[in-house]
Amino acid sequence: MGAGHGHRLHFHGHSPVHRARPHLKLLALVGFVLVVVATPADGYPFFAGYLGILAVVVAVSRVPPPYLLRRMVVEVPFLVFAAVLPFVAHGPRTEVLGLSVSETGLVAAGGLAIKGTLGVLASLTLAATTEPHDVLRGLERLRLPRMLVQILGFMIRYLDVVGAELGRMRVALASRGFDGRNPRHWPVLARSVGALFIRSYERGERVHLAMLSRGYDGSAR
Amino acid sequence: MTPVLDVRGLAHVYPDGHQALYGVDLHVHRGERVALLGPNGAGKTTLVLHLNGILTASAGSVAVSGLPVTKANLQEVRRRVGVVFQDPDDQLFMPTVRDDVAFGPRNLGVKGEALDRRVHEALEKVGMAEHVDRPPHHLSFGQRRRVAVATVLAMEPEVLVLDEPSSNLDPASRRELAEILRSLDVTVLMVTHDLPYALELCPRSVVLSDGVVVADGATRDVLSDDALMRSHRLELPYGFDPRTVPAPPGR
Repeated sequence: MGAGHGHRLHFHGHSPVHRARPHLKLLALVGFVLVVVATPADGYPFFAGYLGILAVVVAVSRVPPPYLLRRMVVEVPFLVFAAVLPFVAHGPRTEVLGLSVSETGLVAAGGLAIKGTLGVLASLTLAATTEPHDVLRGLERLRLPRMLVQILGFMIRYLDVVGAELGRMRVALASRGFDGRNPRHWPVLARSVGALFIRSYERGERVHLAMLSRGYDGSAR
Repeated sequence: MTPVLDVRGLAHVYPDGHQALYGVDLHVHRGERVALLGPNGAGKTTLVLHLNGILTASAGSVAVSGLPVTKANLQEVRRRVGVVFQDPDDQLFMPTVRDDVAFGPRNLGVKGEALDRRVHEALEKVGMAEHVDRPPHHLSFGQRRRVAVATVLAMEPEVLVLDEPSSNLDPASRRELAEILRSLDVTVLMVTHDLPYALELCPRSVVLSDGVVVADGATRDVLSDDALMRSHRLELPYGFDPRTVPAPPGR
């Protein structure tokens, strides 16, 4: 929590992509994702084209591709789900590497994986080139209800605070011999999550007091 | 002259039946800097939360520059009494310093250029003007404490109420905050356990213990009264003797 660093997903820069108006970037992202999702699962030439467009945007933004690729691990659980599809889907079977898999399942899984990857890559590019509070400002320009923007703002503001609190709790647990890999210690994990929830809830109450003290009357201005 | 803070016979019973205040009388006049001292659990925070109407008196009354603290006056009372809470992470909740300092005045209906001017002036007073576009969680703890003070100054309060202003600050940040507080032309009520800080900043001290005011006088006299200090769990740091400390600079 030192001074001077940006958000974890943000890559500091001054490229045209960084400078573009946040609400236009948001519109572009939503439009891009909608087009990708609407493309049939076997439209491979189109997908190559979309990837090309993204590659150009990333190149212009001068965000190093490895920076984005490393952050794409968030997609892994989703890909695991896609990989299960060929084995559980019905329809005509085909042989891949000596395994019998569903043909339609294979196409669906491929489409899902490609679309998901394109969407995640596009979102990461937006996150890497736009500060979180600029994203909020963009959403506000796009007429998202003020209350929703405020809630998102609180989330961004307190993600780090709660994260740091969780980090301190983990250090405190480890200092007293806690081992997360030992199943006998797992009940402690549940209790720490409960404690974190209560602490966050209490912080919420204190924040609310501080807001009231500065004349907040419940309306979002 | 009407006192800025006029607390009379204030008692408070929490909904669970626990009584925290038993008839507190306190007057703070314009331009004073007063320290509110007392052991943990003495009722200091409860008292503070009455000053801007977060808690409602079970008995007695609170008035701010003559205006009684009642439901109908809450908005004006909260403009007049600026409370700076102990944890700046509770006070700073907006995505940028600018939005945060603007939050209070915006709730009071200040807009446009006037709002920008207030934000700038408030940050200037605490020496944080160049950080106006930073997210609060990227600032150091001392900087966040100063921004928290600015968020309240932007409302142009008549009295600044600080809860443990020196807690968790390193000595340099602690001194910088003292310089800022001394430079402000505003009435201050400061809740603190940091007795040398009280002596440095506040000519007058009030001791609250078990929900009543047990002492009210010059800070140096209060801190030098060994019997008083001992009976209310107040202790000076090792080697600190208020009788031999030179008079603080400034006002």
